[in-house]
Amino acid sequence: MKNKSLVSINDFTREEHIKILDLAEEFEKQPTQKILQDYVVATLFFEPSTRTRLSFESAASRLGAKVIGFSEPGSTSVQKGESLRDTIRTVSNYSDIIVMRHPKEGSARFASEVADVPIINAGDGANQHPTQTLLDMYSIRKTQGTLDNLNIAFVGDLKYGRTVHSLVIALSNYNTTFHLVSPQLLKLPSATKMHIKEKNLAYYQYTEIIDVIPKVDILYMTRIQKERFSDPIEYERVKNSYILRNSMLETAKPNMRILHPLPRVNEITIDVDDNPQAYYFTQALNGVFVRQALLASILGVK
Amino acid sequence: MENNETRKELKVSAIENGTVIDHIPGKVVFQVVKILSLSEVTDQILFGTNLDSRKMGKKGIIKVSNKFFRPDEINKIALVAPNATLIIIKNFKVVEKKKVEVPDSIEKIVKCFNPNCITNHENITTRFTVIDKIELKLQCHYCEKITAMDTISFV
Repeated sequence: MKNKSLVSINDFTREEHIKILDLAEEFEKQPTQKILQDYVVATLFFEPSTRTRLSFESAASRLGAKVIGFSEPGSTSVQKGESLRDTIRTVSNYSDIIVMRHPKEGSARFASEVADVPIINAGDGANQHPTQTLLDMYSIRKTQGTLDNLNIAFVGDLKYGRTVHSLVIALSNYNTTFHLVSPQLLKLPSATKMHIKEKNLAYYQYTEIIDVIPKVDILYMTRIQKERFSDPIEYERVKNSYILRNSMLETAKPNMRILHPLPRVNEITIDVDDNPQAYYFTQALNGVFVRQALLASILGVK
Repeated sequence: MENNETRKELKVSAIENGTVIDHIPGKVVFQVVKILSLSEVTDQILFGTNLDSRKMGKKGIIKVSNKFFRPDEINKIALVAPNATLIIIKNFKVVEKKKVEVPDSIEKIVKCFNPNCITNHENITTRFTVIDKIELKLQCHYCEKITAMDTISFV
């Protein structure tokens, strides 16, 4: 994995995914290890994403690395019209690895081709966000003890949610049974379903959350964004059907855990937070360990 | 077909040596000219378009003297002229006839249909993997979105 960019979840093999998860487990046991003291990590956020950036910077700091970069392009040469190509080439002279978030799809792949140092994609438009996928996999494995043969439900916006697409693709390697809950308008795209079909796995589609709760090991919630609907009446009609309330969880299996990539708006009511089956805040913490594992293995120190 | 043409009257004169590209849909002759960068060729080029064809209704034909295309050069035209025939001419004689084939990957000529793709915002050579050769579906190497026949446009 040394010097290998991570742009799409499929850039790493199943074995490499497992190696990252195992290493993340090691960092969870001992988060502070000053093994990157001689390294500079650049975090280039061409669009703001506080959570992801802080998670990466926290991971880098716990490993002793120096962090340089920007959190929004407003005060940089990007504002002056510098091309992405030039920004990346310049920053790759100053750093050993670049973590980048950019609003345009394909920007991270392009950066990985022009940079002399490896790139970690922290989100390129609606395309990929592979470190989110790895932390989701880590959270699933940690709560279920395995990634194999699980029943996993995805709820909400399955059409536009890139976290959902990448995770579905990654989980297709683990004999997952998929339960897909969404409004008609926001069903999982056929390009993503193709990955499930290629592996001959079963998937079931629903329009009501309540139908999947007793069946699944993981309930992966996502937010339905109003701007996805051209018809506001349609949005009003469906939005309340995709809200998870504590009272709905009575029939859940004891091992079931609720995940959410955050930020949450109203799709999980606050009374769920105290339910021991709610896992989304711990899930976010796991992101730090997974990012530590990625930085350490791509820089070749683990 | 060459015979038919000869019998009636050759609408586009014969060439001594070179390549004839026949069975181009009438509408796309100029696109083929562009894809093959024929404007940069200094040898003689003859072409006709909107010629009557029993098979195709209206067809186009291009004859390029002293030019023998590499497969990766010529196969790019399969995107607009999937049924084109290539005829290699030496000493006014047909020495080889073959069909174009859709290539495994496409560079430069196609524009990614995704307006938010980085290739539409920076000066980047587009690259696609052909994931379906029959329905022609091209997956962008950068944004990973699929450009299909109904959304295709050329750089």
